[in-house]
Amino acid sequence: MPEAIAYELAKKQKEISVAEFFERNKHILGFGNPTRALFTSVKEGVDNALDACEESGILPDIYVEVKNPTEEECVVIVEDNGPGIIKQQVPHIFARLLYGSRFHSVRQSRGQQGIGISAVLLYGQLTTGKHAKIISKIQDDQPAVLTELAIDTNKNRGEVQHQEIMHWDKPSGTRVEVNLNADYKRGKRFVYDYLQSTSIVNPHARITFKEADGTEHVFERTADILPKKCEEIQPHPYGVELGTLIKMSKETKARKLASFLKTDFSSMGDRTANAVCDEAKLDRNLNPADISRDQFLALHQAFKKVKIMAPSTECLSPIGEILIRRSLKNETREISPEFIFTASRPASVFTGSPFQVEVGIVYGGNLPKDKPVKLLRFANRIPLLYQQGDCAITTAIASIDWRRYGLDQPSGNGIPIGPAIFLTHVASTKIPYTSESKEAIADVEEIENEIKLAFRECARKIQLHINKKVRRVKTREKFDLITKILPEIAKKSAHMLNKPIPPLEKVITKIMDVVWIEDVVEYEKVRGKPIQRKLDATSPTGQIESGGWIAKSTIMVVNYKSKPQKFNLYALFPKDAVVGEVKPKPTKVTDSYIKWSLESIDPTKKIDILFELAGLNKGDFDENELYVQNINPAYVIGADKWEGE
Amino acid sequence: MARDYSGVITKIDAIAAKVYADLEKAEIPALHLSTRTKANIRFDDDLNVWKYGKNMTERSANSLDGAYMLLRTMYLVDFIKEMISQSKSSTLRETYYISEGWNLAKFSSQNESDMLAEDLEVITGCMREDFKLRPEEDGARVIGNLVVEEMTRNNTKKKIHCQDDVGDAGYGIPYNVEKEKLTFKQVDADFIVAIETGGMFDRLAENGFDSKSRAILVHLKGQPARSTRRFIKRLSEEKKLPVLVFTDCDPWSFRIYGSVAYGAIKTAHISEYLATPSAQYLGVTPSDIENYKLPTDVLTPEDVAALKSELDDPRFQDQFWKHEIKLQLTLGKKSEQQALAKYGLDYVTDTYLPEKLAEMGMLKK
Repeated sequence: MPEAIAYELAKKQKEISVAEFFERNKHILGFGNPTRALFTSVKEGVDNALDACEESGILPDIYVEVKNPTEEECVVIVEDNGPGIIKQQVPHIFARLLYGSRFHSVRQSRGQQGIGISAVLLYGQLTTGKHAKIISKIQDDQPAVLTELAIDTNKNRGEVQHQEIMHWDKPSGTRVEVNLNADYKRGKRFVYDYLQSTSIVNPHARITFKEADGTEHVFERTADILPKKCEEIQPHPYGVELGTLIKMSKETKARKLASFLKTDFSSMGDRTANAVCDEAKLDRNLNPADISRDQFLALHQAFKKVKIMAPSTECLSPIGEILIRRSLKNETREISPEFIFTASRPASVFTGSPFQVEVGIVYGGNLPKDKPVKLLRFANRIPLLYQQGDCAITTAIASIDWRRYGLDQPSGNGIPIGPAIFLTHVASTKIPYTSESKEAIADVEEIENEIKLAFRECARKIQLHINKKVRRVKTREKFDLITKILPEIAKKSAHMLNKPIPPLEKVITKIMDVVWIEDVVEYEKVRGKPIQRKLDATSPTGQIESGGWIAKSTIMVVNYKSKPQKFNLYALFPKDAVVGEVKPKPTKVTDSYIKWSLESIDPTKKIDILFELAGLNKGDFDENELYVQNINPAYVIGADKWEGE
Repeated sequence: MARDYSGVITKIDAIAAKVYADLEKAEIPALHLSTRTKANIRFDDDLNVWKYGKNMTERSANSLDGAYMLLRTMYLVDFIKEMISQSKSSTLRETYYISEGWNLAKFSSQNESDMLAEDLEVITGCMREDFKLRPEEDGARVIGNLVVEEMTRNNTKKKIHCQDDVGDAGYGIPYNVEKEKLTFKQVDADFIVAIETGGMFDRLAENGFDSKSRAILVHLKGQPARSTRRFIKRLSEEKKLPVLVFTDCDPWSFRIYGSVAYGAIKTAHISEYLATPSAQYLGVTPSDIENYKLPTDVLTPEDVAALKSELDDPRFQDQFWKHEIKLQLTLGKKSEQQALAKYGLDYVTDTYLPEKLAEMGMLKK
């Protein structure tokens, strides 16, 4: 009797090594070609560095260098000022795939799977045979440790080739140096784009890039505030998969089903936990360890049927409108754009994961008028540079009819054409990427909708701004008319008829027939005394910095109507600002607006209004948003109708 | 020859008075005049020409443009008064340059000052000659068996025979063709041919068409000047001569015919002085392109737009024009008078014109 085929097959069956796994999946991991390999290596290094700095409350100062010793080979160096890594952990973190601290947590972070940096080292070793060099220093009074690291591809283990103590000037930090096969000529641009984009959404980071020829680019920090720390949260029942549910039940300390639901999931109170048990027809006191697969299935289905509160959005760390604006302003200085607008949506949820969308639009200046709008896509502060066409951000933008907002869009959908840059940032505890290389967001309806809403809001602001400008220009023309031309007409006609020049005030109010509101924002530098701030309340240094900028907003209201006018005026200001002096006395001041009930203004008379804001950087706020109440808004130039808060 | 301008001065002063009265009443000053557009011309049955309809345009100080317009009007009116009192006159171009000294009221192009002079005609019912303004352009040329008597600069009358006393260029029509300046003496001709291009005018002259066919040739020089149109009208009406208009075959040439026969949109307020309602269109017609197999050019988008605009121009609503304009739009082609040279230099005078004239009942075949 011949041997069973299964035995024959068994001879061939063995554990595949990580090296083989990598070789087969390198395109998914971002190493599909030598150009991508360079970009991915830098990206993994920088993402890690940023995460490490932020987790330990350090403002990141990151140095990236790429050398190009031979045609095919590059040396990628990424250095940070983070907390460093103790020497025993170095081989695990850098040389073991699927090893990391964030794999199990539900929280907004850049890396998730623990594949990133070790994949870079593995790729380097596979293509050049050279070992990676890691320098790390954990404390100012301790020496740095240099480790040369190889990966045992059969065991998925790091092997320390050499380790020595060395002097390093930094108080703490980590430096990784990897040799790898890469296409420097083509890959360089992507590295630059990636670092520039990264700097836009990480205004708290300073990034230096040194090219192979020695050219250095510095992307300066524009905010001295670390992003809000992201809280770790329990998984939400809506997003949990059956397998995860079973796994969680094995690891829980809870002894009863109801308390398991309450303690291991977010958004579950007594009432919802009981409702889920009832819906699944399961005893609330059932021991999680004794639940059968069918019972889990019932429980899993019950999650979907019971109304459960949305997960807490506290775990998200959006960039914030002011900082997005500041970064965009800084990065587009050379373009000298006409304006920058931003919009931020409240946090929302898709299948149990909270997420939040922020957008920014840069318009005008030297941007090309006949090219498609440039899209800057970000997910959890990581720039997405590839696969633009497959991304939910692109789909959402393309589905808006931009012709309504003055951009070209041949068929009413697709990427609009015009002198603009569109920035989108999606923050979430779980970004639904289309693939492991994390380059595009999958088309999740909830996310797409939020992106659309955010852009519509931003476009509306732009439209208001433009309308206001157009009306102002028109009315400003009338100033010429009433101050220069009309008196001339009067003089000439009087002269021809030998009569005295008639008075013109009433004709002037008839011609203007508006209440004119004009405002200007100026910045004053203050030195030596403390300035109140809100934005820096979370500053790691904890000190109140002295000196800074005071924004002074002056508003002039002139009544060019033929009757006296009395109305309320509202001035909006950024939530991060602190209100200083306000003249005349306001009726109300909240955290986002000032309200005046103005006294009656006689025809051709004017009122001056002034308020000061502290805690902003110069340029954070350079256009007042003004609203009026108790007056027909059509009479007013320079302010819109107050629609309530 | 002193002329009484007091009527003109009264009308001009009324403009200043209207503006002043508005200001005194605390009203926004404004002047009103007939709207000078295609949509506002109506056929006047009594005068047999196209005149402005009832629509009025307001020139009001409520807008920046309107205010500038009013201020310029005041300056122009003042300038006219000054010229009248000093017995001077100026060309339209000089007026444009005079405005250099008017500060805010300065014209930004001559087109603006020309338009304003026309506006003043419309408002006051006077002619620009009453304002002591004359055009830059002279009228065009005439060749034919006709004797005109012109008052010369030294106030003597001079008779000119428009074949014998003139060179190849013909008799030049002066800018003033009113009776006190110019009269028609003997004429021995059967009809007037008004010709768009100088090339064709010279061809007919060289071929002796004026003698052989007893025609008076008038060169239109494109869109004809007022004096040319006035000359044609007077000659046609006083000497009972039919007028035939001979132009290129494109929408712009149809408009030349329109302004000769019906009155131009821009000058509809004086159509009865300028238009010759009996003038007929000789060609080149779109049908001629087909019948004579003429060389053609493709219509440009501007040509097509102009043709379509003529389809709802009230002046071009008769059967003939509707048919020809639609035909041209279908052909998508245009042609020139001089394209007839395809069949030789004499073809136009030996074949084309005799055929066309016979068709129109002017000449026996």
